[in-house]
Amino acid sequence: MTPQLFVFLVIAAIAVIAAVAMLLSRNTVYSALYLIVNFLAIAAIYLSLGAPFVALAQVTVYAGAIMVLFLFVIMMLGAEKLKEQEPLKWQRPLAIFLSLALVGEAVYALTSHIGQDFLTQPPTDTLADPKAIGALLFNQYSLPFEITSIILLVAAVGAVVLTRAGKKEEEKS
Amino acid sequence: MIPLVYYLGLAVILFALGILGVLLRKNALVVFMSLELMFNAANLVFIAFSNFYQILDGQTLVIFVMTTAAAEVAVGLALMVTIFRHRGSIDVDQTKDLKG
Repeated sequence: MTPQLFVFLVIAAIAVIAAVAMLLSRNTVYSALYLIVNFLAIAAIYLSLGAPFVALAQVTVYAGAIMVLFLFVIMMLGAEKLKEQEPLKWQRPLAIFLSLALVGEAVYALTSHIGQDFLTQPPTDTLADPKAIGALLFNQYSLPFEITSIILLVAAVGAVVLTRAGKKEEEKS
Repeated sequence: MIPLVYYLGLAVILFALGILGVLLRKNALVVFMSLELMFNAANLVFIAFSNFYQILDGQTLVIFVMTTAAAEVAVGLALMVTIFRHRGSIDVDQTKDLKG
């Protein structure tokens, strides 16, 4: 076993265990913290794949901004210890069966089409260049870039409109 | 180096766990986090193929996915706050009718 493979297996195990713990945790705050662990592990995998810019964006945007928003809403709602109803009786086995079917299907597709002989490359300077990513964003992908900015604007306005107290509530206060 | 298929396998496992979370959990916030997990699995595939073909397009697409996920979280959490104000609960089973 090469050192690279060992490091990958350890990080992958951390990511999977954190994801399972997120699913099983009854306290929503713990779920959010486990998800942050998962995001950090995946950022480490991005680093090993030679994508440091995306790895750091993952840490700042996902583990930083988005999960802080999650934790903020959890604490604002006081939703960390909401009692959950039991799911429908047939729902749990059906859900597990469907996910296992998806995994089996994917494993079959991967092993039959992509064998072990397709190898990833060690990190290189050309792939890790933020300047090149920026050039690609503003040249070839400039239209999607502008559309994304509109999406962000709409989301910001939508969030403000949705959380604004209604007219009746304003009159009361 | 590590075979590409290992990264894809990890992505598949994470995606399946995300689907399990969406199907099994009743807390809307945890359902949302499972969605984020699935986004991440897709991003991992993008980065793995970006490395495999040695082109930057995959990394660019990941940046788009991240911004879209951020927008989705902002709107979704705003909806959740509104639903919680109306009903005092964010259990997905209790919000089964659209009548205010």
